[in-house]
Amino acid sequence: MSLCPHMQQRLFSHQCVQACQSLPACKPVLTPGWVVEIVDRYDIDCVPESSRMDKVSYIRDDSIPKNCSRFMKVHKYMKAPIYIYYQLDNYYQNHRRYVKSRSDKQLLDGQKYHDTSSCQPVESNNNRPIVPCGLIAWSLFNDTFEFIREGAELKVNRKNIAWKSDRGHKFGKNVYPFNFQNGTLIGGGKLNPEIPLSDQEDLIVWMRTSALPSFRKLYGRIEEDLDVDDVVVVNLTNNYNTYSFGGKKKLVLSTSSWLGGKNDFLGHACVFVGCSSLTLAIIFMLLHVKYRRPYGDTSYLPWNRKSFSG
Amino acid sequence: MAAASSRKRKGKIRWSKLYSFAACFRPLTSEERPAARELIGQPGFSRVVFCNEPHLHKRKPYKYPYNYISTTKYNVLTFLPRALFEQFRRVANFYFLLAAIFSLFSLAPFSRASLIAPLVFVVGISMLKEAVEDWHRFLQDLDVNNRTVKTHISNGVFVDKLWKELRVGDVVKVNKGEYFPSDLLLLSSSYEDGVCYVETMNLDGETNLKIKRCLEASLCLNEDEEFSKFKATVHCEDPNPNLYTFVGNIEFEKESYPLSPSQLLLRDSKLRNTDYIYGVVIFSGHDTKAVRNSTRSPSKRSRIERKMDHIIYILFSMLVLVSLVSSFGSLLYLRQDMVDWWYLQLPDDNKVNDLDDSNSEKYDDRFFNPSKPVQSAGLQFIRALILYGYLIPISLYVSIEVVKVLQTMLINKDIELYDDVTCKSVQARTSNLNEELGQVEMILSDKTGTLTCNQMEFRKCSIAGLSYGGDITEVDLAASMRMNTDFEPFEFSIDETDGATRSFEPFEFSVSSFSAQNGNARLTKTEGPVIKGFNFRDDRLTNKNWIHGSNLFDITMFFRVMALCHTGIPLEDDNHKTDKLSYEAESPEEVSFLIASQEFGFQFCRRTQSLMVLKEFDPSSMKEVEREYKLLNLLEFSSSRKRMSVIVSNEDGQIFLLCKGADSIIFDRLADNGKAYEQATTMHLSSYAEDGLRTLAFAFRTIEAAEYESWNTIFTQAKATIGPEREELLEQASEMIEKDLILLGVVAVEDKLQKGVPECIDKLAQAGLKIWLLTGDKRETAINIGFACSLLRQDMKQFHLSLSRDAESNNQVKDMKEDILQQIESSYKMVCEERNKEAPFGLVIDGKALEIALRGDVKDEFLQLAVNCASVICCRVSPKQKALITRLVKQYTGKTTLAIGDGANDVGMIQEADIGVGISGMEGMQAVMAGDLSLPQFRFLERLLIVHGHWCYQRISKMVLYFVYKNVAFGLTLFYYELYTSFSGEVLYDDWYMTMFNVMLTSLPVIALGVLEQDVSSDICLQFPALYQQGPRNVHFSWSRIIGWILNGVVSSLVIFLANIYILSPTAMRENGFVADIDSLGAITYTCIIWTVNCQIALITSHFTWIQHLSIWGSILLWYIFLLVYGALPPNFSGNAFQVLVEGIGSAPLYWMITVLVVVVSLLPYFIHIVIQRSYFPMDDHIIQEMEQCYKKYDVRDNEMWVREQRNSQRSTRIGFSARVDAKILSFNQQLQQKKLSIYRSVTNSPIYRSITTSPFS
Repeated sequence: MSLCPHMQQRLFSHQCVQACQSLPACKPVLTPGWVVEIVDRYDIDCVPESSRMDKVSYIRDDSIPKNCSRFMKVHKYMKAPIYIYYQLDNYYQNHRRYVKSRSDKQLLDGQKYHDTSSCQPVESNNNRPIVPCGLIAWSLFNDTFEFIREGAELKVNRKNIAWKSDRGHKFGKNVYPFNFQNGTLIGGGKLNPEIPLSDQEDLIVWMRTSALPSFRKLYGRIEEDLDVDDVVVVNLTNNYNTYSFGGKKKLVLSTSSWLGGKNDFLGHACVFVGCSSLTLAIIFMLLHVKYRRPYGDTSYLPWNRKSFSG
Repeated sequence: MAAASSRKRKGKIRWSKLYSFAACFRPLTSEERPAARELIGQPGFSRVVFCNEPHLHKRKPYKYPYNYISTTKYNVLTFLPRALFEQFRRVANFYFLLAAIFSLFSLAPFSRASLIAPLVFVVGISMLKEAVEDWHRFLQDLDVNNRTVKTHISNGVFVDKLWKELRVGDVVKVNKGEYFPSDLLLLSSSYEDGVCYVETMNLDGETNLKIKRCLEASLCLNEDEEFSKFKATVHCEDPNPNLYTFVGNIEFEKESYPLSPSQLLLRDSKLRNTDYIYGVVIFSGHDTKAVRNSTRSPSKRSRIERKMDHIIYILFSMLVLVSLVSSFGSLLYLRQDMVDWWYLQLPDDNKVNDLDDSNSEKYDDRFFNPSKPVQSAGLQFIRALILYGYLIPISLYVSIEVVKVLQTMLINKDIELYDDVTCKSVQARTSNLNEELGQVEMILSDKTGTLTCNQMEFRKCSIAGLSYGGDITEVDLAASMRMNTDFEPFEFSIDETDGATRSFEPFEFSVSSFSAQNGNARLTKTEGPVIKGFNFRDDRLTNKNWIHGSNLFDITMFFRVMALCHTGIPLEDDNHKTDKLSYEAESPEEVSFLIASQEFGFQFCRRTQSLMVLKEFDPSSMKEVEREYKLLNLLEFSSSRKRMSVIVSNEDGQIFLLCKGADSIIFDRLADNGKAYEQATTMHLSSYAEDGLRTLAFAFRTIEAAEYESWNTIFTQAKATIGPEREELLEQASEMIEKDLILLGVVAVEDKLQKGVPECIDKLAQAGLKIWLLTGDKRETAINIGFACSLLRQDMKQFHLSLSRDAESNNQVKDMKEDILQQIESSYKMVCEERNKEAPFGLVIDGKALEIALRGDVKDEFLQLAVNCASVICCRVSPKQKALITRLVKQYTGKTTLAIGDGANDVGMIQEADIGVGISGMEGMQAVMAGDLSLPQFRFLERLLIVHGHWCYQRISKMVLYFVYKNVAFGLTLFYYELYTSFSGEVLYDDWYMTMFNVMLTSLPVIALGVLEQDVSSDICLQFPALYQQGPRNVHFSWSRIIGWILNGVVSSLVIFLANIYILSPTAMRENGFVADIDSLGAITYTCIIWTVNCQIALITSHFTWIQHLSIWGSILLWYIFLLVYGALPPNFSGNAFQVLVEGIGSAPLYWMITVLVVVVSLLPYFIHIVIQRSYFPMDDHIIQEMEQCYKKYDVRDNEMWVREQRNSQRSTRIGFSARVDAKILSFNQQLQQKKLSIYRSVTNSPIYRSITTSPFS
């Protein structure tokens, strides 16, 4: 059923022209590219058999090491850069309470900005403000990944994974984490207080809240090509708690094309729309040939129609 | 100067004495007086007026209002509260007000500014419109209030004073032709006997002049100087709206005299035929009867707007439904799942805290409180109501108002609707009925001043059995022209044209000669100077050629009747350029007779109390001689007698009775030897009547001196009688002398129709409109006009509903009811029987019968009959009945009615109808003030309805439907997103995107559509009036269309939302691996919406001007510009939209691709719909559009098919000029066939033919 990505794109461009009969659109020149995606769900497998009955207490127990190794086999040649995503399902980052719980001004100005009321319920601890405040920052994702191929560590570039405008204008260069995760209640990851927020790209990525409850976030880039049948060993620390609400955690390696990542829906939609447009065009053409209504045929005028009753 | 010259003439004649019948009601009023006197001083009759002492009225208790009039709705103080109240009476506005209030308490999902700004904008614009409209009303008032009138100040000096400064007690002098500034007590007039003539057309619509008479006691006050010492006190009734009663008395020189309505001059009536009057102000300003009578015009709403309310209700129920779904969903999530979402840190008291939650106590989020789920759900419900408010098109009302104001501007500025005679153009006074103009099905029209100019023209006459001045009528011309085009090769002429007469006689015609005559007739019409009231061309009579006629005596007598049998007086021309005189008389008919007789050489030059002087042209001496006729008696015209006679004796002592009257009356009274011309005259009469001319028969008799003497004693006795039997005695007396008449002939005068009226009625009839004529005039006049403007025609079956004499005399309501019911039923039976036949029906009903017919149980039958008749004429109806008919027709048929009239008597009708139109050409302003529109002339109704009405209807309905579509398409995406956010109330779009949606990004194209859209051009609209039927049948705003558009909106929203989330999630959207976050998804989805709704309107629009292009494509461009600018602002202002286009989505090719894909798919359903509709179920406007396109290359008018279709479209009409032409052609054709047949027979019967046919050669 699944078409190869290349075919999809070819088909898409072809069908789109059909679909756009009414609105002429420019036809982009396509460069062939393979979009390869490896998805690995690790949230269950990374919990030891013994703890699987009560995953929540396992994840909350700080004394247990959360290291875990996964093996990923490369089915197709993957050209660098290969994007590393972590994917969370059933995680409502778009919940209104959650989305609102941040202070953009504080992110830019740090402790100079005092009003953190928008960050409720995580605005201060021990009567001192938290930087960065708010639920989003507090629940920062903190699983870590290491990639090893054939015994050698794959270099993961974790720079430039956030929007440049965010780094430049929304997160202050002189703002350092302060009083963060110091409370009794620890949500997610901690931040290095030595590094200004504008360089904490994990945080910046996390704070661009997702639109839907199932989302991916960029973790980094592998800047080496992966060959077919390469086996990548992933050493991860499974810190983040998705178990209490039954969320899934996935690790995704994906290349991208000019249209972004792998997207079956786009291809299917284009094929479907193209086909239906074509079918309709043919039907109307046939109808037009067979039951043609002469242009400006006056017999359709109401006063010429017998059934007309004024 | 003028006053001096008029004073000279004063005293020539005791004008009032001419009216022998005028005094007959006086005894009745005197009987009522004692009763009235007792009332004075009682409650309700407590007003005291100190004449000539207005300063006494400055203090209480005699402080009465100034004569200042205000018709404005608001004043400076009340404007704000009242206008705001009006605004928030609208459901949608009130809803948004509530939303704005909630936004103050942090309940709303949006920022305060984004909720309040559009509301302020919308309400502000509506209020601005109200203010501007009220300002115009204020200016109009100002105009009236600043008129001036001569007012007495002191010592007999009269100066100009503004109307508004007039006080009760002021003595004023009103000159001829001026309006009375307030209700005045008549003190004296330029006539010695203190009468004056008043035109009350503005009050009751009656065009005849009314006589008012001052008290004998105040007769002496007829000079300016007399008023220096004048003092009197009036005690009278309190202000009331009753026009026909007045109770009071005046204390003058220590004597008290009773007052009656005949001393009261009402505001808004006009002084006529009297040089000046003196009067004292009794009621001023808002106390006057005219103002008390006027009701504030009800605010009218169009059908579309009323239906729009229902749409709003549907959308409201949708809103409540999705809000309920949201709040229940939220409740479920809150109970089941949300407590487990540790990242939300929900306040949780019930369950054991997994995390030690210390913050929960101080921070309590009411929307997500698991311990109080129901309360949270309730709050979520309110929030959802506000959130999904985008389903309710907030800017719909304001856009419609803006559009309507612009439409009104287009209508007002239409050069085709400009009358260069009066320099006035159409004025839409309220703009909220524009689209209603396209749905009118019934027109209720007044006659005088609306259809006719209230001016008579002498057109034709038949003297001694010969018809004069009869050129071919328009109908014949049109019929012959069309026959010539239809039967080009048909050469068939029968030359029987009588050399002596050029008049058109039935059975004497030739198709080919018509065209020649046609040209001549046109030519002669334009020749020569035009004499007002005299439109007569016949060489046999004009230029004194009548002296060569055969029946010289009859002709002379005819002219004498014309010159003597009347009540008019000649007016002296100030500049004696010509020896022609102008005349004034009670009715314009008489004026036209006098002018005509002057043209024929019988100039009526003087009249004294008992003498009438004619300048006659004597055929024997060929010189003008002055002859005096002694006026012996004058038998007044009355509606029951239908005739008028004078008895005169000439210089030789011969006594003549000269009589004019309705033909039936005269014919009944002919002597045996006086019927010589009866047959010929009857024929002429019917042909005149068919042309809509008003006819009067002239007759005379000579009376022996002895007979006269004996009769005169009876008559004088009758005249002297006092009491109710006086009238009867007088009638009997005149009956005795008006007999054995000798018929002279008939005259036909044209009640001159206003310019273009027949053509306009014709077009309106073709458009499928029914026209009812409601007039206060008598039946004959009404029927004549019916013929003249083709509402009636000869082959039409006419029903006359009137009370039979017995029923009327019995005065039993039950009898009358039965009588009418029977008439209605028999007529209706006939209608049912003959419905399939071609002959249309006409209904004529008079006021008395109407009164019965409109009562409870009869009215349904009556209306059923009336609706089935092609035309309805109601004569002798009162203003109240006019309004009643309008209301009943509106209620019974449920159709949109338009009432048009010019006088104050039409005000009720104008206010009652769905659309009221006032004619502004006349002087009175009541109808105009009451109307929703004002037209300078009736004929503009054609373009107003068929072009502007049609367009506005289409525009507004398209606009409303589109509005519904765009708001549903947008609003539902918000709801779908809720499904993905666990109903938490998060919004996909930035606040300002949403605010911009209705205000900027989608408002201009729809306004352009509403103002400029046209399905076909105005020419085509007028050529195919049948297109107008789309409005009355409401094809563009039917429920199926409304539901269709709502569904279309639902589909579009689904496509837009689903496509976006499936394409953009969860994978990367750009090559650099970035994924779409909530801001990007919002911006992309929003882009798709902007594109879709704007492209949708491009599909709807059928008339593209650069404005449409600019607004549609400009709106889309504006969105990108907005996004760019907004995103470039510092993040403090732009928030989530910071750099979203530049950095986030703009560089992603996927974004642009999604836009194209989504727009195509979401427009596909509508596109398929219009493809199928155009190809297989085209509407009339589609076909005509195509025809227009097809034949643009050629000249459209020359195209054969074009002409044929144009004619076909008119086929089904039953009234109007074209219908008459069709009927005429039919009868011509039948006659031709007969002629052919008879010729064929005569030929075949001839021996030569037989010999040929029997010859062996064939």
